[in-house]
Amino acid sequence: MSSSEAHAAPGRGEPNLAHHFETQNQQDGAVRLGMWLFLGTEVLLFAGLFLGYTVYRNFYHEAFHEASRHLSLALGTTNTIVLITSSLFVALGYHAIKQGKEKACAVLLVLTILCALGFLGIKSIEYAEKFREGALPGKWYHFSEITAPGANLYYTVYFLATGLHAFHVIVGMSVLIWVLKGVLKGKYGPKNYVAVELGGLYWHLVDLVWIFLFPLLYLI
Amino acid sequence: MSQPTDLDSGEPASPVVNYLNHDRGVWSWLTTVDHKRIGIMYLVSVLLAFLLGGIFAMALRIELLTPDPTIMGANMYNRMFTLHGVVMIFLFMIPAIPGVFGNFCLPLMLGAKDVAFPRLNLLSLYLYWTGATLAVAGMIMGGADTGWTFYAPYSTSTPETLFPVLLGVFILGFSSILTGLNFIVTIHTLRAPGIGWMRLQLFVWAIYATSIIQVLATPVIGLTVMLVGIEKVGGFGLFDATRGGDPVLFQHMFWFYSHPAVYIMVLPSMGVISEAIAAFSRKNVFGYKMIAYSSLGIAFVGFFAWGHHMFVSGQSTFENGAFAVISMFVGVFTAIKVFNWVGTLYRGSIAVKTPLIYICGFLFFIVFGGMTGIAVATVSLDVHWHDTYFVVAHFHFIMVGAVIMAFLIALHYWFPKMFGRMYHEGWGMTAAGFIVLGFNATFIPQFLLGNAGMPRRYYMYPERFQALNVASTAGSSLLAIGFVIVLIYLVFALVRGKRASDNPWDSRGYEWLTTSPPPKHNFHETPVITQDAHSYQKPGEEVEHVVL
Repeated sequence: MSSSEAHAAPGRGEPNLAHHFETQNQQDGAVRLGMWLFLGTEVLLFAGLFLGYTVYRNFYHEAFHEASRHLSLALGTTNTIVLITSSLFVALGYHAIKQGKEKACAVLLVLTILCALGFLGIKSIEYAEKFREGALPGKWYHFSEITAPGANLYYTVYFLATGLHAFHVIVGMSVLIWVLKGVLKGKYGPKNYVAVELGGLYWHLVDLVWIFLFPLLYLI
Repeated sequence: MSQPTDLDSGEPASPVVNYLNHDRGVWSWLTTVDHKRIGIMYLVSVLLAFLLGGIFAMALRIELLTPDPTIMGANMYNRMFTLHGVVMIFLFMIPAIPGVFGNFCLPLMLGAKDVAFPRLNLLSLYLYWTGATLAVAGMIMGGADTGWTFYAPYSTSTPETLFPVLLGVFILGFSSILTGLNFIVTIHTLRAPGIGWMRLQLFVWAIYATSIIQVLATPVIGLTVMLVGIEKVGGFGLFDATRGGDPVLFQHMFWFYSHPAVYIMVLPSMGVISEAIAAFSRKNVFGYKMIAYSSLGIAFVGFFAWGHHMFVSGQSTFENGAFAVISMFVGVFTAIKVFNWVGTLYRGSIAVKTPLIYICGFLFFIVFGGMTGIAVATVSLDVHWHDTYFVVAHFHFIMVGAVIMAFLIALHYWFPKMFGRMYHEGWGMTAAGFIVLGFNATFIPQFLLGNAGMPRRYYMYPERFQALNVASTAGSSLLAIGFVIVLIYLVFALVRGKRASDNPWDSRGYEWLTTSPPPKHNFHETPVITQDAHSYQKPGEEVEHVVL
């Protein structure tokens, strides 16, 4: 980075305009639109699993109801709070970098990443519990407490949906780490904050998916 | 309209620096972010895929020459039609026109220097290569006998190794999504001054509609093939009726993508036709807005028509009826386009060149294929035709008839733009004759076979079907000869073809405003567009498009 700063590259907190864009506004607009479209594809990716949930909940209402009682409501609620808080942190981080408060932004991003790690930790406690009980998908299912047919499918949907979500938590976390590195190097500032904004947007999506998964899997 | 490069020596010297020669060597191609070079690399890739899929198609046709086993057994036949389907759909038709001509022409048509995300564009190509390698290697080494549809529960219980193929399709899906995303953003943000939405060329509108489908539908197939893979490896039971799962759910999820996917294939073709019809009838497009909006219309209703693949899956009569009616709307939008195209040709100053022959072929195929589409969308008829050669013939009329015609039109029409050379018109016409006739000879017998009750995907059949099967195979060899001729004269044109002027068709498309082949950054100066797209109002008069 130090060498590229020596070569005409953008200075501290200055934007980097690619050759095929005329103005910074145009480039920012393009990048934002691209991110929103990408978020759209993510929603549709999860939509397939939500469809599966809807269909099997309809088929095996009894088993789904019973199985959801066997998830830990305390851990699920804690995780929901952890994720929502992390979303607040990332939003505040975005606000901070827009005002040029690089240090505050970095701290807030670190907090967000810690929340993400916390979420994954709690989730793995939950997973371990399910493995112990044998409340597992498909052919691995040997949980003795639910006898209604279809409980194995509840755990199929549960593991697929939360697993895919956990994968997105890891991806989102990596994105935020990358953004954090940029912040620490002084790449971003009041004139150049789109990367922070988009990393935050992605994180909000990860959060939002959970906000739908939580009531569907734990509450109803 | 100058012919500057033929020097007195007769040497085809190329003193002008353009995107092809500004930088040399394989590495400069593999690391390029230039949309034009990426388009050319897509061209080579999809042509290889087409060759591969074509070889498998010929193997299938040879097998079907006799009622008994001819050259292969049942299992090999199943693998062959799976290979043919997967290669032709995922490796050829979906990326063909967007990947090649979308990449090459779209930024030129917008007066832009590149697509919005050039590096992402290169990533799409690499993902395509990765997915293609995985899928093809997986099919050849492990075998896959499910057909391109991967229907559960067969796909989750077949002894063949399916996982690499599924992973390949998943990765190809990513490539498709990123291309679509890139194009949408490019169209929104990189239009040159003067190009409002109602001045976009119709090819751009078609690519726009296509990209929306790519972005919205493809994630679902990605998830679906992954679920099949997990099901096969991990036994999660999601599509397994013995564990309480529902195989029909697979069909819904699969067709939620794969029905819109046929519009990913056919909409860009429609865009190509709109461009070429204007250029070769030298006339403003009749009903510009109608053609533009009907592309969006097809993209929209295409999302709600998937159930017509499932009329015999046990879904309710109400669902069947609803899906049938929605499917027919596609016919309405397509008809709007066809009437407008014919209206454009009407009293135009027709230039009878090779692309025009294919345009006529396209119009015939889309009407004939479209009408049989309305027929199979009718529930009471489809119950009889379902899974017969009638559906195979209908599908190939639209997909091969329309898409291949459009691909060939695009290849001929933009050949001078891409390479600065002209192909040989006489050979072009000859090949077009072979292809259009061969195509009819291949697939009209299949309509008759299907109507007589011959089911698809069997390597043996009763003797009474033989005459028509032989006719179909004969037709397919005409088709193959046609493609070989095209390949030979185009390769020849690439090396020794007559040098083309900047705008050999005297087309009014914005992509012709720059030199052919274009310079590295497309335009020497950003063009300012002052006329509508396809503006041929005053024949013979130079249209003042540009204020530099």
